[in-house]
Amino acid sequence: MATNMTPSPLDVSPIFGRFTLESLPLHEPIVVGTFCVVAMGGLALLATLTYFKLWAYLWKEWFTSVDHKKIGVMYVILGIVMLLRGFSDAIMMRAQQVMAFHGSEGYLNPHHYDQIFTAHGVIMIFFVAMPLVTGLMNYVVPLQIGARDVSFPFLNNFSFWMTAGGAIIVMMSLFVGEFAQTGWLAMPPLSGISYSPGVGVDYYIWSLQIAGVGTLLSGVNLICTIVKMRAPGMTMMKMPIFCWTSLCTNILIVAAFPVLTAVLALLSLDRYAGTAFFTNTLGGNPMMYVNLIWIWGHPEVYILILPAFGVFSEVVSTFSGKRLFGYTSMVYATAVITLLAYVVWLHHFFTMGSGASVNSFFGITTMVISIPTGAKIFNWLFTMYRGRVRFELPMMWAIAFMFTFTIGGMTGVLLAVPPADFVLHNSLFLVAHFHNVIIGGVVFGMFAGINYWFPKAFGFKLDPFWGKVSFWTWVSGFYFAFMPLYVLGLMGVTRRLRTFDDPSLQIWFEIAAFGAFLIAIGIAALLMQIYVSIRDRNTARLRDTTGDPWNGRTLEWATSSPPPDYNFAFTPVVHDGEAWADMKQRGFVRPTEGFKPIHMPRNTGAGLIIAGFSVGFGVGMIWYVWWLAAICFVGMLGAAIGHTFNYKRDYHIPVDEVIETEGRRTRQLAAGAVA
Amino acid sequence: MHPMGDVALQQRDLVLIATALMLLIVIPVLALIALFAWRYRSSNEDATYTPDWDHSTQLELMIWGAPLLIIICLGAVTWTGTHLLDPYRPIGRIAAGRPVPANAKPLEVQVVALDWKWLFIYPEYGFATVNELAAPVDRPIKFRLTSSSVMNAFYVPTLAGMVYTMPSMETKLHAVINTPGVYRGISANYSGAGFSGMHFQFYGMKDADFAGWVARNQGAGGDLSRARYLDLVKPTQTVPVMRFAHVAPGLFDAVVGQCVEPGTPCMSAMMKQDGSDTAGMTHMQGMGTPAGPKAVSPLTTSRAGGAPPGKPGDIAQRSPSAPSHATPPHQSAL
Amino acid sequence: MSAATVTDTTGSPAGEDRDIFLLIDEHDHPEGASTMLGFWIYLMSDCLIFAMLFATYGVLGTSYAGGPGPKQLFELPLVALNTSMLLLSSITYGFAMLAMTDGKQRATQAWLAVTGLFGLAFLCIEMYEFTGLIREGHGPWSSAFLSSFFTLVGTHGLHVTFGLVWLVTLMVQVQWKGLIPANRRRLMCLSLFWHFLDVIWIGVFTFVYLMGMLR
Repeated sequence: MATNMTPSPLDVSPIFGRFTLESLPLHEPIVVGTFCVVAMGGLALLATLTYFKLWAYLWKEWFTSVDHKKIGVMYVILGIVMLLRGFSDAIMMRAQQVMAFHGSEGYLNPHHYDQIFTAHGVIMIFFVAMPLVTGLMNYVVPLQIGARDVSFPFLNNFSFWMTAGGAIIVMMSLFVGEFAQTGWLAMPPLSGISYSPGVGVDYYIWSLQIAGVGTLLSGVNLICTIVKMRAPGMTMMKMPIFCWTSLCTNILIVAAFPVLTAVLALLSLDRYAGTAFFTNTLGGNPMMYVNLIWIWGHPEVYILILPAFGVFSEVVSTFSGKRLFGYTSMVYATAVITLLAYVVWLHHFFTMGSGASVNSFFGITTMVISIPTGAKIFNWLFTMYRGRVRFELPMMWAIAFMFTFTIGGMTGVLLAVPPADFVLHNSLFLVAHFHNVIIGGVVFGMFAGINYWFPKAFGFKLDPFWGKVSFWTWVSGFYFAFMPLYVLGLMGVTRRLRTFDDPSLQIWFEIAAFGAFLIAIGIAALLMQIYVSIRDRNTARLRDTTGDPWNGRTLEWATSSPPPDYNFAFTPVVHDGEAWADMKQRGFVRPTEGFKPIHMPRNTGAGLIIAGFSVGFGVGMIWYVWWLAAICFVGMLGAAIGHTFNYKRDYHIPVDEVIETEGRRTRQLAAGAVA
Repeated sequence: MHPMGDVALQQRDLVLIATALMLLIVIPVLALIALFAWRYRSSNEDATYTPDWDHSTQLELMIWGAPLLIIICLGAVTWTGTHLLDPYRPIGRIAAGRPVPANAKPLEVQVVALDWKWLFIYPEYGFATVNELAAPVDRPIKFRLTSSSVMNAFYVPTLAGMVYTMPSMETKLHAVINTPGVYRGISANYSGAGFSGMHFQFYGMKDADFAGWVARNQGAGGDLSRARYLDLVKPTQTVPVMRFAHVAPGLFDAVVGQCVEPGTPCMSAMMKQDGSDTAGMTHMQGMGTPAGPKAVSPLTTSRAGGAPPGKPGDIAQRSPSAPSHATPPHQSAL
Repeated sequence: MSAATVTDTTGSPAGEDRDIFLLIDEHDHPEGASTMLGFWIYLMSDCLIFAMLFATYGVLGTSYAGGPGPKQLFELPLVALNTSMLLLSSITYGFAMLAMTDGKQRATQAWLAVTGLFGLAFLCIEMYEFTGLIREGHGPWSSAFLSSFFTLVGTHGLHVTFGLVWLVTLMVQVQWKGLIPANRRRLMCLSLFWHFLDVIWIGVFTFVYLMGMLR
């Protein structure tokens, strides 16, 4: 139909591609205002870094670091920064929906509003949840298995920068051009060139492709790490549960992200080369995109939730002072969820006219997933049973999770009943459901994990007062924000609406907006918590001198907080599933001499450089600036090949340095014991 | 959740049954979480403390068995409910205890989702409306749905669940309205800038009122020729009701085939031609996927459990790897 | 320091002595101990991309949109020649690996060069086929069948191209450093990659070309 009318990608300015001054959203005061704030904030940050001469430090110690701990921390920082962006989108949506009643158009035009809900979904999944999850796994897994780093330290650094590169491209779309207006999965034909001729969908494609490479490689990396680098004695069935869930998550990543890569590549061929995969004409089949994207998309939600399950397993067992109940069934539950994640994707489109038998098959497989998930909930429950439950922040998040996630799981099973889904599909009930499991599961899990492992990473605990403020506002804000959406969904109100004409609905949106406001306070309290903790880091209240502030049970608590570059001066030998608890129980004495030089990987800037070229390549492709894309592609290839000519990738930490580091720890422990 | 049609009513009931079944296990779990968290708080020195207790076969059986039982029940409910309430299946009853009379002919409505409005064609009466739909109470309705450009979902919450409308594909929905009234119909799938305004009124009418409504439309004048249709598909927002007394013959099928414009070949015809030399392909669809069965069969389409199509043109043959020879000619959903 | 908590052996201490908690005399972890596993996992993920493309071809492979089908378009003798080029290159790569195992650097390099030439011949024939199709007006934009055909075969071709770039890089590195362990490991990885592409091509040849002719 309209295919022939779209401009050819070659019919553009040779220098600027399709970029013109019109592409800058100068007519959108909200965007201009945001830009000013971000630009001023960014300039202030750059000035501070320059003033304190931190650039060389950052470059040497962080940006080029191949230390899994530093990379993990950078992932988490990326996730939290992007959370601010994703949440701003959420607040804007809630505000729009509250205002757009009684014939009011609200304050956002469709072009802007449609970008916001698309960006919100994309950012929250790919650039908040994924970095937080990957960051925690990166930080914790090598420590828990008693390793000194991951299998491929350079790839780890590269993966991080690719993820960050994807985030940079998304952020760029806010100020240069536009983002997709298609919803977070960019379903064709709407996302095809005929109906979305602008740069928005291209921003979407390239940010996800670039970040996807990072995610895939980090998946390969962590699988190898877990399979190959466990400490002697740690059989698979003696691994901490968090390692198991990480392993399954990374298997899911490796087996799902190629599908995303392929399907986005096909979509880009449709958009750039005029092929007919998902077009309405020439034999294309948009349904194929829907199937393929959900074959990736459903495993993706388990990619996010499994590590959170792992966190809760560690937290519940630690703060109940008790072994995890039903370790074996926990492992099998995780494995079953991993497998079943691949046979449920059709439940995302029962309403697209599949037959009753197909629908019931996928409905029932979906329900079956709730059995291992239910078993997990029971396992946590019976871990608390006859324990000594300490209500520290991580445990509070865990209990909030158990409540919230059970409700979310129930509504999920309800949606898996196809006739019910015919009524609730695409409704606000669905929106409430997936926020219920993603906030109640993944986000709560990440907060539990951050509060739990923060003292390990930095040597001081996070401030409990602000943590509790954050906890209560988040949890109550969540219920205020999403319970009304369940009600609205049952009333037949669908998602992605910009205006409403039934005034009786407004009260529910007002409650939801209030909830979002509470969550905003929760996020502010989180930032406050981090600030106060850094400020008070040397007080006895927060400082952790022992390396084991929570009376932990797994190996990461066996080393100092923060751990030295090499994690463990001697490789631990494992006899029990809860190795550190076992060591403590049987009178392990930390050696204070006999240290040796330690073999470690060397830092390199290659990852950052290749990722930088990838971003340039993406931008060139988005704007049809072919020369830029070509140069960056050659640069990418050249930098990658150049990196392979670097044969000096490792070094030994001299024994003096090890002795000094360990000596400091000895003194610290002694001081702690006296005090 | 205010059903006015039998299909919506049954769907509502199913939601309630499923919820009740799940609450059987969810409520005890929520209670136990609260109870254990309270009882085994660290300040409660009286509570038993067994730090090394981590296994109990009975408990394990219970925690896997109880959800399994619930899911078996729910699975049975799902299987029957899904087949009974399959939108492709002509409805069997008008309301509880009132089967469809043997001689009843369903009212056929052809629905086309346009950017951003709804076109309803009544082939039985030869007229069409935009953004206004009506049906007599207690008469089965058969919707044939498609879309001109992008995906939408046709949804009248009080009447029945939603079904997607997709370009160059045809979907179906069977329903009935039991109570006269004015209801709201919407597009339930985001379709672009004008999506929020893409709603219509659905009137459930007594037979006499419906006859009057039909007469009004037939007398409205206006002719939905192919040229007029091509004008109508151009994107517009919040469109007022329009009436066309006459509709170009075969318009709906031409929309499905993406061939309203004169001179464009219809997709369905093209597919038939393509399909004529596909011997040997159809039963080998999984051959090329070394990494496993994931991407194979449900990619294609499904066999709806409904009646076989009346005429070959009803089969919107989308996907060539859909089972065509080996299986009886069920209608193809996509 | 408590002697009881540390061991001097690097054997398998678990289970032997429950009081040994640390390994004191550990060897350096050999660099790249997990490389083969990691590369294998990567290949599987790549395989999944091809699986998607095969599936796409399976779905769209008969959507000619009124245009010509495989019978009219494919020249089987040419494709057979092409296939033999790639299969031969796999064999010669095998010889290169044998030479590498024997530590014969020159023979390795020679066989790698032969492999590269076969690969190049494969690519040239494929380019010839593609340009021919496009010149006759059957480009990837003509129908969904042709889109999926060009994408599947082209993606394979792109992999071969990258394989060639990699091959040349490795030849330079072998010349520079000799058959050191790092280079041997890299040659092993490329070997896996190259044979993997061969397997994929056999799938393409069977599924796309042979069965296309049978239709």
